[in-house]
Amino acid sequence: MIRFDRISKRYPPDITALADIDAEIGAGELVTVIGHSGAGKSTLLKLIPAIEKPTSGTLLMNGQNVGALGRAALPFLRRNIGLVFQDQKLLFDRGALANVLLPLEIAGFPHKEARRRAEAALDKVGLLARARALPIALSGGEQQRLAIARAVVHRPALLLADEPTAYLDADTARDVAGIFLEFHRVGVTVLVATYDASLFPGARRLRLDHGRLA
Amino acid sequence: MNWLRAHWNACRLALARLARAPLNTLLSALGIGIALALPAGGHLLIGQIAGLTQGAAATPQLTVFMTLDADRKAAQAVADRLKGRPEVARTELLAREDTLARMKAAEGLADVIAALPKNPFPDAVVVTPADDSPAAMESLAAETRKWPQVEHVQIDADWARRLAALLKLARTGVWLLAGLLGIGLVTITFNIIRLQVLTREAEIEVSQLLGATDAFIRRPFHWYGTLLGLLGGAAAWLIVGGALLWLADPVGELAQLYGLALRLAPPGPAASAALLGAAALLGWLGAALSVRRHLRGR
Repeated sequence: MIRFDRISKRYPPDITALADIDAEIGAGELVTVIGHSGAGKSTLLKLIPAIEKPTSGTLLMNGQNVGALGRAALPFLRRNIGLVFQDQKLLFDRGALANVLLPLEIAGFPHKEARRRAEAALDKVGLLARARALPIALSGGEQQRLAIARAVVHRPALLLADEPTAYLDADTARDVAGIFLEFHRVGVTVLVATYDASLFPGARRLRLDHGRLA
Repeated sequence: MNWLRAHWNACRLALARLARAPLNTLLSALGIGIALALPAGGHLLIGQIAGLTQGAAATPQLTVFMTLDADRKAAQAVADRLKGRPEVARTELLAREDTLARMKAAEGLADVIAALPKNPFPDAVVVTPADDSPAAMESLAAETRKWPQVEHVQIDADWARRLAALLKLARTGVWLLAGLLGIGLVTITFNIIRLQVLTREAEIEVSQLLGATDAFIRRPFHWYGTLLGLLGGAAAWLIVGGALLWLADPVGELAQLYGLALRLAPPGPAASAALLGAAALLGWLGAALSVRRHLRGR
């Protein structure tokens, strides 16, 4: 599904975030990317939806060279990916349901169908009762679950999560990790950058050390 | 269908954003309305004044008045002599009896004319020149004045020409003003949308990450600019319509003193549609330029 072929990423003036990464992630796999802070975990994840472009090397997703995609093609790549960010990137001027509706509106779903799916996604993460609540009124764990609901509502084949359990207490982190494990069980490919790989038992581990696979 | 639904959603979103800040919307629409009202009002006013000259001879003519003792044969001879000249396009003989009858029919003159012991009007020849340049007209008039039994030669329709020239100048001024204020309106909308874009930076970023196309992001801003322009156009329509109605009576009275029938009227359906359409188009243009510039920079 995803193939990293001698991928490097450098930032000016002379910072190497990733160096010669060769890796492959198969469809339906659960993979954790682990490593210390600054090891390049976030950068690796950002390359897949082309938030960042590699300085050299080739990144293939379903046979498509992601680095070579033009501006017009990027949205359609991203619609196949569910993204959960470390800082969640929720929209604080609208309620939980409206946040989850956004990917469906982008994909052009009819309103009724979009609403049905969004409510189902909120139900899945245990937030249906708080559908109208603004994100500011939600706890850290609830905000993260809301971000997950938004990431999976359009049923992507690939779910990427960057430190989804950071800043959460141990119990909430386990709950949130459990949601990812559930998605993996139903066939979704899950790639998680995390500081705590024990939250994702059974996952294949990719360890990064100073931008290199260890 | 998807395309229509996307536009409908974007339009609703833009309407909601306009409604969420009613004072801002009102002030912006008023600013746009005032900017549009000046050229729109000027254009309408000129159009209505221009109507005055349509009844008058825009092509200048010469009227050759015969002496009172000249008979019809002499007048016909003058007409024939003029008709034979290359610088004359057409001549028309006005018999003194016809002139008297016309004056009798004119309002307020019947009693005065009836009191006269005899017909005071001479025969006259109206000349339409082939060359209506002031020099050629003046030369023809000067020569005709010397002919026997010609009392007076008058160059007509000078006022209509002057008014037409003035209106042409005013129309050019209005177009210039419209161009400048049109650019101003685009600039106003550009800045309003720029601020909108800046306040929605997070939403745009998240939408792009979730797979939104540039068109998806642009659409609500385009609708916002278009609707704001439309509201501005409606404000301009109210201002222009109100001002013309307000001025109708005093302008009508003034025109009557000069013997003119001028009644100012508010914009008709075609002018209203053109005003609203132009306002919406300029609003859209400002928004389109603003969002395009922003998205290019991302």
